[in-house]
Amino acid sequence: MQLTNRSKVVSDKHQTALEKLYLPAVLKGMSITISHLFKRSATVKYPEQKRAMAGVYRGQHILKLDENGAERCTACGLCAVACPAEAITMESAERKKGEEHLYREEKYAQTYEINMLRCIFCGLCEEACPKEAIFLTDRIVNTEFERDDFIYGKDKLVEKIDKRIDVTKRQTLEVAKFKQLADTKHNTVWTGKQIKGKH
Amino acid sequence: MLSFIIYKLLVCVIVFAISLGVAAYSTLWERKFAAFLQDRVGPDRAGPKGILQPLADGGKMFFKEEIIPNVSNRFLFILGPSLFMLTALMTGTVIPWGKDFTTTAGNTYSFQITDINIGVLYLLGVVSIGVYGIMIGGWASNNKYALLGAIRASSQMISYEIAMGISIIALIVTSGGTLSLREIVESQDAGVCNVVWQPLGFLIFFVCALAETNRAPFDLPECEAELVGGYHTEYSSMKLGLFLFAEYINMFISSAIMSAFYFGGYNFPFAQELYNTLGLETGSIWISIIGFGAFFTKIIIFINVFMWIRWTLPRFRYDQLMNLGWRILLPLSLLNLAITVVVEYFRGNIQF
Repeated sequence: MQLTNRSKVVSDKHQTALEKLYLPAVLKGMSITISHLFKRSATVKYPEQKRAMAGVYRGQHILKLDENGAERCTACGLCAVACPAEAITMESAERKKGEEHLYREEKYAQTYEINMLRCIFCGLCEEACPKEAIFLTDRIVNTEFERDDFIYGKDKLVEKIDKRIDVTKRQTLEVAKFKQLADTKHNTVWTGKQIKGKH
Repeated sequence: MLSFIIYKLLVCVIVFAISLGVAAYSTLWERKFAAFLQDRVGPDRAGPKGILQPLADGGKMFFKEEIIPNVSNRFLFILGPSLFMLTALMTGTVIPWGKDFTTTAGNTYSFQITDINIGVLYLLGVVSIGVYGIMIGGWASNNKYALLGAIRASSQMISYEIAMGISIIALIVTSGGTLSLREIVESQDAGVCNVVWQPLGFLIFFVCALAETNRAPFDLPECEAELVGGYHTEYSSMKLGLFLFAEYINMFISSAIMSAFYFGGYNFPFAQELYNTLGLETGSIWISIIGFGAFFTKIIIFINVFMWIRWTLPRFRYDQLMNLGWRILLPLSLLNLAITVVVEYFRGNIQF
């Protein structure tokens, strides 16, 4: 069965006298290479000049803060379970009194580490997160000299309150719909008195 | 006498400096040219447009750790690259870079270190010594790959020197039986350069020059894929630099020789008309300088062709290389010589 018409019939006939000279073939090859002299360079001067990146690029992760500046992550561990590369680890802790402005719910991630060398930037953590805490951004993970430096802790992952990072492009329609579902209430602050089905 | 020595020293230093300078910037241009042929930008970090890249490369070479293997022959190990570099630089001495000029005091100066009447033989001799540098370096390394590379280099150079020599004989027949490079160049003064009479000879010489300078597609002595690094596997630091650098000097010199032999050296079409329009008298220094410029332009074009070929053609297989040298180029050069003699006989340039 012929799928494409690109296949060529190979012949093992001997070279003709002209082909044995090699010169026509050499000149043909040289004309091909010289034609590239006048083509635009395919590369860019990277640090100064950057290629446009897709808005939904899956780069370095971020742990989002909510509108009040409290961490959204509750250390449920779903991202770590979802992670196919097993790059995420975390330890949970209980919120103390007086830390309400820091942590959105009464359980939070005491440590949260992503090994950027293991991470394959698939975005499954983001998909798994019920609290919309973790997002992949269009930033590129820096290169480092030490392997240990690639293990990003909360200091690098948590969004800074004065330097918010826009992730609306990665908040897809499904996410937006999911947010509006009343029975999940995943985005509301749990006060302990809420009744299922009421918002 | 003293002024003569000073003038010769000056010419020596200038030729030396130009050889080194051109070789240094060939390394940069080689990378740039390769980048352009491959739709890239090339080195552009060191200085504006990467203009300081050769200095950076040289500096790097000097500061790298210098390793001399314990099992090597220390004296020969150092002699190898030195000899290669020496012979590369020595070939520049007989090349006529420009026309003679006369000062107002009546002294005649030439743009040439020395015009010996066996210039061509001198060139062939020095070039063939160049292979000793590689051979000694490869052998003294006491490394299989280096030795194999050196053997390849020597057999390749010897094979191609024969065809080269015979094509030069044909050239000498054409240009009136002189072995002096200056006279060969002067004989092309009339406007017709030797390549018109020696197209096949030029082709053979060109292929042989590629092989002699160990440039792709004839870079078998240092083919990384087969021989790690070839004859300079064990070399590091500036001794490696000397080997690599001498290759570029060789390229420069062989470009100069090809332009002198086949493309009229410092002559160029309508030269006399140009000088007349500019009102320059014979013996003026400006004529020498313009001629030098024309010669240099030809050299630069040849260097570019060398690079163009390098970044186009794949490396020969070893048996193909030997086949080409012995079974194609050698008979072709003999045929070329026979045809040349017959043609020159009917042109009336030679009598029996």
